[in-house]
Amino acid sequence: MKKKYFLNANIVDPYNSIEEIGGLIIDEEGKIEAIGKKVNKNNIPSREKFIDLKEKYIFPGLVDMRVFVGEPGYEYKENFRTLSNAALAGGVTSVVTMPNTSPIVDNVSIVDFIKRRGRDKSKINIYPTASLTKNLEGTNMTEFGLLQKKGIVGFTDGTQTIQNTRLMSRIMRSAYDLNSLVMQHAEDYELAKNGMVNDGIIATQLGLHGIPDLAEKIIIERDLSLLEDFNCRYHISQISSSKSVDAIERKKDIVNFTTGVSINNLSLNENDVGDFRTFLKLSPPLRTEEDRISLIKAINKDLVDVIVSDHKPEDEESKRLTFTQAATGASGIETLLPLALELFHNDSVKLFKLIKLLTSNPAKILKINKGNLSVGSDADLCIVDIYKPWIVKKEKIFSKSKNTSIDDKKLQGQVLNTFVKGEELFKI
Amino acid sequence: MATSFKKAVKISQKNLLGIQDLSISDINVILDDAKQFISLNKSKNKKLDILRGKTQINLFFEPSTRTQSSFELAGKRLGADVMSMNIVNSAIKKGETLIDTAMTLNAMHPDIIVIRHQDSGACNLLSQKVNCAVINAGDGRREHPTQALLDALTIIDRKKKIQGLKIAICGDILHSRVARSNIYLLNMLGAELNIVAPSNLMPKDIDKLGVNKFSDMKKGLKDCDIVMMLRLQNERMTSSFLSSNREYYEYYGLTPDKLSYAKDDALIMHPGPMNRGIEIDTKLADDINKSVIKEQVELGVAVRMACLKIFCE
Repeated sequence: MKKKYFLNANIVDPYNSIEEIGGLIIDEEGKIEAIGKKVNKNNIPSREKFIDLKEKYIFPGLVDMRVFVGEPGYEYKENFRTLSNAALAGGVTSVVTMPNTSPIVDNVSIVDFIKRRGRDKSKINIYPTASLTKNLEGTNMTEFGLLQKKGIVGFTDGTQTIQNTRLMSRIMRSAYDLNSLVMQHAEDYELAKNGMVNDGIIATQLGLHGIPDLAEKIIIERDLSLLEDFNCRYHISQISSSKSVDAIERKKDIVNFTTGVSINNLSLNENDVGDFRTFLKLSPPLRTEEDRISLIKAINKDLVDVIVSDHKPEDEESKRLTFTQAATGASGIETLLPLALELFHNDSVKLFKLIKLLTSNPAKILKINKGNLSVGSDADLCIVDIYKPWIVKKEKIFSKSKNTSIDDKKLQGQVLNTFVKGEELFKI
Repeated sequence: MATSFKKAVKISQKNLLGIQDLSISDINVILDDAKQFISLNKSKNKKLDILRGKTQINLFFEPSTRTQSSFELAGKRLGADVMSMNIVNSAIKKGETLIDTAMTLNAMHPDIIVIRHQDSGACNLLSQKVNCAVINAGDGRREHPTQALLDALTIIDRKKKIQGLKIAICGDILHSRVARSNIYLLNMLGAELNIVAPSNLMPKDIDKLGVNKFSDMKKGLKDCDIVMMLRLQNERMTSSFLSSNREYYEYYGLTPDKLSYAKDDALIMHPGPMNRGIEIDTKLADDINKSVIKEQVELGVAVRMACLKIFCE
């Protein structure tokens, strides 16, 4: 591989507290050789070609902690190759895949399959999770220790929640012994039963069953109470409401845990469901504008640690149904960064913080050496024009499924190039 | 004679999916048009040829007696060719999706489709996929616009107005599309609305629709001109909403005692079918001085004739 030289870029690397104009050199091995303001025209060999990135940005490749891939079982929705292309177009170079496949990732033999497929078919870094319970049934826990040895980074039932309190306490104990990461999708099934949208005026008007914000808060409060006694690595996959923010704030100084939020809940609200738009049937549901604002405030108060795409590709047939029948979820990995940049452009969140929540924070939770631009690390990075305007068109999406929640939305900020291990794998 | 029914009317919508989409003038157009058909429906020769050559398809995914027969009669009296799909024997039972059913029917060039479906928003989805007009005959919990229109017509017929009336809507509001359509419609026409239900059957944030909320029926009925009772929809109740029908009747059933809190000349309405002895005392339901339940059914045909006529054009 030839060495690559980038100069005059705005470099944002939260892991190393870098936010400055400077250069970046990728060595022959695809590692970062040098970075920062000291890298300029004067200290690169004059015969070498360099790329001037004036007014462009370099970010570490994004680490997306909540991604659904259809392999195995739902290849028609998304396979590793299409996921990888979609991720690269969005500047995402590492993904954490959910275990909700068919068969479910709940034993070591399937992990081998996923790792092999991920390695052969995708160009990005795949970090698979396994389920917390066998067959996602919420009754018997999986082999955290053995699965971890095979390369599983964390445990979650993905779209499912552990309802049984005793089981949850035992999961936490085992996770403590084995130093495993537990990720919970917080939803009380009985309160959320048949629910599809936020329980409020929109649910009442549309005549749809609501999911109360309490359904999320109750599981969070339960788990954080358990955590006081069984202190394991614990992550709340996504929060969606101001009630949950309050619950988290009350416990933040008492126990250690981390929290995620979906870009959908940061960018949209329940009004966007409009006239039964099934692409906006999401879990957790889009909530009120007040809830959305409380989530942004939570980011600024460091109560939220990561932003995820909650990328859930669903084929057209699963969405061309009545709202009740339609599948839940939206494809979103390609628009994660541009949508997050909207929060920067409208002065909601500082750029440095946004990038931190998209790169170094998730890597730290997962204990992986990604999401940074440290010298000697793999050169996983993206070059971004954060001001470039463009319009989301579902026909142009790289993901196999076109169920974007923001079709026709005007965005500002687009990924120009994405590199993995120093190799340019995406170019607009 | 028949030609006098053929006046041109202007309406803002292509489809009748919900009261929410209509303007006050749309509503008045429909109600005025319906008034013409009331006497016709009582006369010996009920047949008109306004919709001759037009095809009406009734697509009922949920069981229905009065609404389906009402739409069928309305279409036939206007001279349309009416086909009622038998869902039990249709391809839907073989797993066909609503959109595919819609496209199949659309290829047969109907002029109007009347749909009832258990899912809220099903009529909206259908209307996006067919060229003809779509009339919503009830979708999930969302809307049942022709029921609200016939209720309004019944009230106007008896009370001569809606503006300024105090109307109580009582019972299973949570599961009721009739309640939602009536709230939008009667609100628009200037009534004051009291919504009465046990908290477990009260939809979230319903007061944001501009109504008063009551869980005490006597307070809710106080000084009302109209008491509209709703059916307890046990078939839609997935978990414990109520302790028992007996207790429900005690606190939320319409009895002479509770009715005495309303105005002396208050009228009783019910969209049917009724659970006698659960939400309404059986004698009150049949009291010809107070109950207008049969009249609602009668005017239902007139309202649906007006809707078919207007939306077919």
